[in-house]
Amino acid sequence: MTSKIKRGVSLYSYQNETFQGKMSLEDCIRTSAELGAKGIEIIGEQTFWGWPEYGVASEDVDQWHRLIKQYDCTPVAHDFMLDYKRYKGREMPFEEQVASVKKDIEFGARLGMKYIRALVSIAPEVLVAAAPHAEEHNIKILIEVHAPLHFDHPWIIRHAEAFEKSGSDALGFLPDMGMFLFAFPPVWKEKFLRIGVPPAIADYVVKAYDDRVLSEYVILNVQQMGGTGPAIAMAETLRHNAAFEPKRMLDHMSRIHNIHGKFYEVTEDYVEPSIPYDQIVQVLEQGGYEGYICSEYEGNRWIEDAQEPDSVEQVRRQQVMLARLLGESEVPTIKTPAFAPTLTEAAE
Amino acid sequence: MMDNKMIVEGSLQSVDGGFSFLGRLPYYRGLGLSMIEDIQVTVDGDVQPRESVRFAVRGKTYTLDEMETCYDNRWNFGEKAQIIVLNGGLSAGNHTITFAVRNRVSYLPFVPTTKDTKELALAA
Repeated sequence: MTSKIKRGVSLYSYQNETFQGKMSLEDCIRTSAELGAKGIEIIGEQTFWGWPEYGVASEDVDQWHRLIKQYDCTPVAHDFMLDYKRYKGREMPFEEQVASVKKDIEFGARLGMKYIRALVSIAPEVLVAAAPHAEEHNIKILIEVHAPLHFDHPWIIRHAEAFEKSGSDALGFLPDMGMFLFAFPPVWKEKFLRIGVPPAIADYVVKAYDDRVLSEYVILNVQQMGGTGPAIAMAETLRHNAAFEPKRMLDHMSRIHNIHGKFYEVTEDYVEPSIPYDQIVQVLEQGGYEGYICSEYEGNRWIEDAQEPDSVEQVRRQQVMLARLLGESEVPTIKTPAFAPTLTEAAE
Repeated sequence: MMDNKMIVEGSLQSVDGGFSFLGRLPYYRGLGLSMIEDIQVTVDGDVQPRESVRFAVRGKTYTLDEMETCYDNRWNFGEKAQIIVLNGGLSAGNHTITFAVRNRVSYLPFVPTTKDTKELALAA
């Protein structure tokens, strides 16, 4: 049976290529569309130059709508940032934060988005105050529940309570699947080995993660094994990551409207070795989820010191994996090369 | 992230009173200029004084102190800014340039400094 869950891509996934100007917005949208991942999520200020400080040219917004239409895609979410530390030495005042969120609501609506993503550090009061404006623009504000936070953390519970009390259905959650990290990612281990972590310590940290040992004990043990600098940093990743359970989403399904399909690596045989996507899809189906899972490739920063990330191939593999898990019969395939190779690469 | 792509290869050139190269913000998005806390340039081991550094994008040039209170311009994602150092100029030939950027990022519980070192040639 085909699932009601839909596939999408956050263009964050292609950052290594877009940063260097190798992939255009059209390349990103066409590639995602060819993979059948027709929901498009963006970080507004990554995709559009000027936002928010000096505004976005209307031609750029027109181009966005033209491409979305041409490739039969759906705008899903505009991830906004709200830089409340814009002023050195003082936090942005509350009213100004609310006004800033309202601007992002309007920008999201201008792009045809259904949702805007709020970073997890934003206070619930700010979002509640902006909710009526979101309702007027038919936008929902979703706070991204992201490691080290999780659905049982008091900060997230405060958000959930504030959302309920507000009575607004324009407030909700966008869980990032990285919070369900069930094994230490191989690309992280390899990076730590490259920067000098002794193999015995690296093996110990991976094992300790598997055994769910409290991070503070792991850090102390690594110190006592003679670990310094990079070894301590590797142990400290356990402070910011833990294997929370996907089923914790079930209590919040009525407010979960988008999913960040975070991944660090999908192997040639279509497995994400550290995030349990089979279990995640099962929980989402059980919870009646009908929104998008948007690919969010974040292995780039873990491998770029050793090799040029191939974001498109990674997204392709994750989309093949997701299509299988969702019971789709067609295998997602890229028909058009995502971008033209540079002259040096072509010569190699 | 993007550390090794901060300095644009082959971009070193002479300017009036010094030299410049092209630099990119090592980040998955852009940042308003007021959140760029410091840009430090080191040439062949010598740290250049903060006062000698200028930052230019889309025809506008700023001192680092001016950037701190600039709220209407930004260093966009992947945008190549001209980093100018008014040190009196560099000799022709190869120079080792280190480019370090310190950002104030609202959601991070620390203030990251990211740097890149590359050897760049200055044409005679």
